[in-house]
Amino acid sequence: MSQRSRFFGFTRLRAQFIKEVLSVLCDPRSRMVVLVPPLLQLLVFAFAATLEVSNVNVAVYNQDAGRWSHELIQRLNGVDFITRVHHIDNRQELHQLIDRGDVIAALVIPADFSRNIAAGGSAYAQVLVDGRRSNSGQITVAYLSSIAADVGAEVALDAQALTPVAVRHWFNPNLIYRWYIVPGLTGVLALFSALLITSLSIARERELGTFDQLLVSPTSTPEIIISKSLPGLAIGAMLGLFMVGAGVFLFGIPFSGSFTLLVASLVLFILSVVGIGLMISAISMTQQQAVLGAFAIGVPAVLMSGFSTPVENMPVFLQWLAQTIPLTHFLIIVEGSFLKAMPPADILASLWPLALIALVTLTMATVFVRGHLQ
Amino acid sequence: MHASPIMATASQNGNAAVVIEELDKHFGNVQALQGLSASIHYGRLTGLVGPDGAGKTTLMRILTGLLEPNAGRVTLAGYDVVRDNDAIHVASGYMPQRFGLYEDLSVMENMRLYARLRGMDADRNTELFSELLDFTRLGPFTERLAGKLSGGMKQKLGLACALMARPKVLLLDEPGVGVDPVSRQDLWRMVQALTGEGMAVVWSTAYLDEAERCESVLLLNQGQLLFDGPPQTLTTQLEGRSFRLQNVGAERRAVLTKALDLDSVSDGVIQGAGVRVVLRAGAETEQIQILADQVQVALTPVPARFEDAFIDLLGGGPGGTSALAERLPPVELGSDIAVSCRNLTKRFGDFTATDNVSFEVQKGEIFGLLGPNGAGKSTTFKMLCGLLKPTYGEAQVVGYDLRRATGAAKSRLGYMAQKFSLYGLLSVRQNLEFSAGVYELEGQTRRERIEEMIDTFDLSNWLSAAPDSLPLGLKQRLALACALMHRPPVLFLDEPTSGVDPITRREFWTHINGLARKGVTIMVTTHFMDEAEYCDRVAMLSRARLIALDTPDALKQGAATTEKPDPTMEDAFIHLVESAEQNEEVNT
Repeated sequence: MSQRSRFFGFTRLRAQFIKEVLSVLCDPRSRMVVLVPPLLQLLVFAFAATLEVSNVNVAVYNQDAGRWSHELIQRLNGVDFITRVHHIDNRQELHQLIDRGDVIAALVIPADFSRNIAAGGSAYAQVLVDGRRSNSGQITVAYLSSIAADVGAEVALDAQALTPVAVRHWFNPNLIYRWYIVPGLTGVLALFSALLITSLSIARERELGTFDQLLVSPTSTPEIIISKSLPGLAIGAMLGLFMVGAGVFLFGIPFSGSFTLLVASLVLFILSVVGIGLMISAISMTQQQAVLGAFAIGVPAVLMSGFSTPVENMPVFLQWLAQTIPLTHFLIIVEGSFLKAMPPADILASLWPLALIALVTLTMATVFVRGHLQ
Repeated sequence: MHASPIMATASQNGNAAVVIEELDKHFGNVQALQGLSASIHYGRLTGLVGPDGAGKTTLMRILTGLLEPNAGRVTLAGYDVVRDNDAIHVASGYMPQRFGLYEDLSVMENMRLYARLRGMDADRNTELFSELLDFTRLGPFTERLAGKLSGGMKQKLGLACALMARPKVLLLDEPGVGVDPVSRQDLWRMVQALTGEGMAVVWSTAYLDEAERCESVLLLNQGQLLFDGPPQTLTTQLEGRSFRLQNVGAERRAVLTKALDLDSVSDGVIQGAGVRVVLRAGAETEQIQILADQVQVALTPVPARFEDAFIDLLGGGPGGTSALAERLPPVELGSDIAVSCRNLTKRFGDFTATDNVSFEVQKGEIFGLLGPNGAGKSTTFKMLCGLLKPTYGEAQVVGYDLRRATGAAKSRLGYMAQKFSLYGLLSVRQNLEFSAGVYELEGQTRRERIEEMIDTFDLSNWLSAAPDSLPLGLKQRLALACALMHRPPVLFLDEPTSGVDPITRREFWTHINGLARKGVTIMVTTHFMDEAEYCDRVAMLSRARLIALDTPDALKQGAATTEKPDPTMEDAFIHLVESAEQNEEVNT
């Protein structure tokens, strides 16, 4: 047998690659990983999960009988995001409604509201918010105060005191939530599919008993790693591109960056995830353990990546940790490529950490697979 | 004999405990049981015997009311298993193949849990508990975690839990699997005590030698009942048809091949230095006598075994010539030593799995590693083929330490793991292609070798089938084909025949014998004692140490006593393990 084939043998690599692809395609569990999550996530995240507040109920406890309170309530009735306005006449009922979660906020208009305005002074109304739903509550308060400001503007029509600040949102002028969520999903989807497919791969062989068979064969550890990386890479990249396509053609999100650089980043990103998946797989004795391991790593990674909450809001220690998560860097690239035509120099700034992480995880995966012989 | 705490309340001797009438069960297209009628009696040990896939577990599960039959009727202790399902659970005790022990609970905690599950007050039953512990000899281990027990002790604990509710009928599903001969003897002793008290005990097994110990046997094959009655009835039918060619010596493999190719011989195996043959019904001894004369050995009649009868019922074993070995060129090795290890030691934490094991294996030898479960044979085996790194010492195969070896060195060995590690999701052809690829067979050679394997193992009708859908025998052929595609001079077999029917085992050993005759070195672990007889030499491991290393005949000779002048391999095994344990106690 020749020395040339010491570490990389094309024949061996090809045989293993065919085996891996067939295993993934013929395994119902792997097939499900490939097909179900993209469709489900597309539907759930794109149509159901949203940070916009709509369909809320509010209560109004109006102790004033004057013109201006009437004006305020009319406007409340007219806005889209409120489904129902509960009119109540005592504080006890107000507490009950908030306690039971029937309303997210209550507006309490004092008896002297219109009188104060008529007297040319300032009038105050109280807003009580359900703090258990802090995020939606805050947004509701913001909506309510802008309605109050409109009323105020009408009061002081002659004084020309219009809304003091005019906000313009760059890149996403209408603050369409999907424009933000769909590019991010590209990363999340690629992460989970690549993670699951690779973490199942060695564990599956261990269950079958074929892994020992592979280890006693002339194949080298790098060959095992390469052949096991390819299906995850192919499927992860396919799903990532599918989501990019869905973003552009289905949701009409403007893609303004470099497609080539995005694909390059996607590949590096998936490779780093594949390394993590193979590490999980190398230490799992069963496929069940592997799936649990993949979720134990994948879920915190998504939460800390900046997908749902900005990394800048985390404690410094966690910010450092977030830098080691491949998704953090990929999200910067994919969101930048979609909405703000991120210049190549900025992409490269996030690309090299990805390359570094990929190198580290794949090396560690090799060590884990080899180390398991001990 | 211990007094059993378990009293079958109604010990109506002679009455049937279980009555099976025209039972049918199928899963999809697979007919698991077909037209089965039989009865099982109180106070008797009934063996449910047959190879894997014969329908034993299906029948057990129907008896315990866990499965509903498609047709037919079964009553257990007078209750219909379908209609009186709840009563069945009270009247029967069932020990599945892997008893549901909670590995993280201690022996005592497991027992208390099963008592509570049976609706018993664990605190009021201390007497029952101590009786059960005494009976199973688990008394000293009550605090040990179930997960840390040996295979035999786990079975005993499972038995204690199954006996908790004092069942009238005890159903044991392959209690002998994964249990070493010493613990197996213990289990027999306990079961005999139970039947002595009037309980009906069903012991299912794929080991045909276990069948001989049962008072009555239900012999199943492919869902059909082949025989119902005392095992002796069957073996007496073969009286005068079993013979042994004594002390054939080095030529025994060639002699076996010749014997099996004779018309008058239906079955044959190697027994140490001898060859044991079974003649066809009505055949004369003439042919075999001529063969014996040719090699100048004595032909002695021997008592028939249950296994002989089973193979006879199935129409005899396979022929003696291995089509595979025929095609193989003789193996050339640089040295006469194919496999060697020196002071091989492996520790996991403070547990020593293999302790200072050394031996050398000659080229062309069949070398067996035997030992009770947990004795370290698997660990030793894995260190030899480079799957585990020794803590101390070294192992070499054809002059290489495989752990550091290059691909070239690794391609000098073939490996067949337990349960035929095949890619279940790939087709038969894809499995063959994969093995060829991983062992770097290219172009013309690759095509030729694959065709050769398909040809010799007769796989051409199954090429696009999934390995999982194949009958066991074909699966084994495929696994062997994959392991031998690259013509390795050394072949490692890890419990290659566990759960396989005797005919498939015969076929397998025909190939192995053929390979050995061509100079292939075979390393094999097995827990079938009669398979150890095929080996040239056997290394016996117990408690991580090598306690004996010799030819099967010499090992048997060492266990010979005045009461047992002709001990079996199992006797030799028990003798060796027990005397090794005694020595250890004397030394400490």
